[in-house]
Amino acid sequence: MLKAENVSMRYFRKTGEANHFYAVREASLGLNAGEVAVLTGRSGSGKTTLLHMLSGLLTPTSGTVTLDGADLYGLKDGALSRLRNQRLSVIPQGRSAVDTLTVLENVLLPAQLAGKPGDRAAAERWLNTLGILALADARTGELSGGELRRMAIARALFQDAEVLLADEPTGDLDDANTALALSVLQSAAKERGKAVLIVSHDSEASRYADALYRMDGGTLERVE
Amino acid sequence: MGASHLPIKNLLRRPGRTAALVLLTAFLALSVFGGSVVVRSLQSGLDSLQARLGADIIVLPGSARSKVDFQELILQGTAGAFYMSADSLDRVKEVDGVALAAPQTFLASLKADCCAVKVQVIGIDPEADFTVRPWIGQSYARELGDMDLAVGCRVTANVGESLKIYDQNCHVVAKLAETGTGLDTAVYCDMATMEKLLAAAEKKGVTHKLTSDDADVISAVYVKVADGFDPEAVAAKINAHVRKAAAVRSRSLFTGASDSLEGASRTVALLAGAVWVLAFVILMIAFAMMIAERRREFAVLLLLGTSRGGLSRLILAETALCSLVGGLLGVGVAATAVFPFTALIESKLKLPYLTPDAGTVAALAIGTVAATVLVGTLASAWAAWRLSRTDPGVTLREGA
Repeated sequence: MLKAENVSMRYFRKTGEANHFYAVREASLGLNAGEVAVLTGRSGSGKTTLLHMLSGLLTPTSGTVTLDGADLYGLKDGALSRLRNQRLSVIPQGRSAVDTLTVLENVLLPAQLAGKPGDRAAAERWLNTLGILALADARTGELSGGELRRMAIARALFQDAEVLLADEPTGDLDDANTALALSVLQSAAKERGKAVLIVSHDSEASRYADALYRMDGGTLERVE
Repeated sequence: MGASHLPIKNLLRRPGRTAALVLLTAFLALSVFGGSVVVRSLQSGLDSLQARLGADIIVLPGSARSKVDFQELILQGTAGAFYMSADSLDRVKEVDGVALAAPQTFLASLKADCCAVKVQVIGIDPEADFTVRPWIGQSYARELGDMDLAVGCRVTANVGESLKIYDQNCHVVAKLAETGTGLDTAVYCDMATMEKLLAAAEKKGVTHKLTSDDADVISAVYVKVADGFDPEAVAAKINAHVRKAAAVRSRSLFTGASDSLEGASRTVALLAGAVWVLAFVILMIAFAMMIAERRREFAVLLLLGTSRGGLSRLILAETALCSLVGGLLGVGVAATAVFPFTALIESKLKLPYLTPDAGTVAALAIGTVAATVLVGTLASAWAAWRLSRTDPGVTLREGA
């Protein structure tokens, strides 16, 4: 489904003798429908950079990323943004709320950006699943880090895209909510046939993996 | 892809930020609209004055004060009187190159029981006059009769009312259109009425006699130069031919006013230009800061499927809305500040001041609002363009 072949991201930075460094070096991986892939690694190892390249947010300096054979970075801006809206959903690291909107409006936003009103009942179902339905009408500035994270997960699931890419989805969550978030993502793969990639420091995430990857110094390896 | 409600929600739910941007653009619109109206009013006033005078040359008594008094009368409506012998008219007519010559006689009424108001009374000869009659003709189709008055628009008397001048009851038959000059505070009558008023004034001790005998007097002669003659040369000939009189080009009488107007226009244009440049730079900085502060929010919109073009449009829509509201507010405040204080501005500037008609004011207001929206939008365009050229992944990382 989503496939990265020899993708690299090189930045210009004075590092010892060299004037550039590779955040990601010739990484290849494939995500398949109904599977959960988990990517672990230390901070600064290139995990987020790889996720951004997989999600069409960051143009690799070399290599290709394809979704069902279509090269993401060969698409025009409009087509790539439609793809991000309808076929790829991303849970980014850190805050990802539009602060002028309520929690429910944030969840409905992908649909509204596509020019549709959005299924309010479906959005509320996901908020309920993640345990934050009571906050539906709250402004995002009033939410804790954990609540914001669950809102981002609810939004990604509401988006109902074929590929779901989650960057540290359990970063701000306690143990109970970590388990809830990971099981919800696993259900998305197993019950609804989504291709899921979870980037995480959390060793707990590895337990949900069908395929486990590790990154170290920009190099990706599959852990058997 | 887009959500057209987003810009409005963003503006309404960030009232502090929105208010700051609106006030900034309002200040821009205020300075431009206010300045434009004042300059336009001064220009209209001067145009109106030149149209009302309508003479190439004005012959005044040769005394040192008469020219100054005449200017004060025309520009500021200061009542005054100066006289020369009525023979001067015949002498002027004799000069080669004089096509038309029309006399006027001035009389200042008093602020006393004998007079209803203190005004400048101007007597005209309906048969010879070529400057005031067309103006009177706009509001009164007939000739001025015995003791009839046509009053300037700022004289507090209406058509049909009586106006007492030196205990003589005059009838107001016409109210004249506004000129924005001192002429708006004057009243007009024919020469026969003026003679009666002069005689009545004489009885009250207001003398106009030049000599011990009762010679007829006039205050000014308006001259139209015949085609093919140089007004400057004709004025020189009049000065040589008519004793105790001074012929001046009507244009030169108001060179000072014209210069002041030019100076005022230049100053206002300079100030408005400086305000625009300053406001543009401040707006650019403000929008750049606003966009930098919201990088993460914009990155989220990009990752949820907003195109780069859509994001630029969102930013431009927000700034255009802010600028539109600011522009309307600025024009509204400027209108509130300028129009009710027309008289005060006029008295401070000491220049003819004629507020433009509603159509011109509306055009100025629309132009100002449009320019404000354009400048506001342009100020944010660069920051929006830069953001739209950056990979969303980079924006997400920078905004983290």
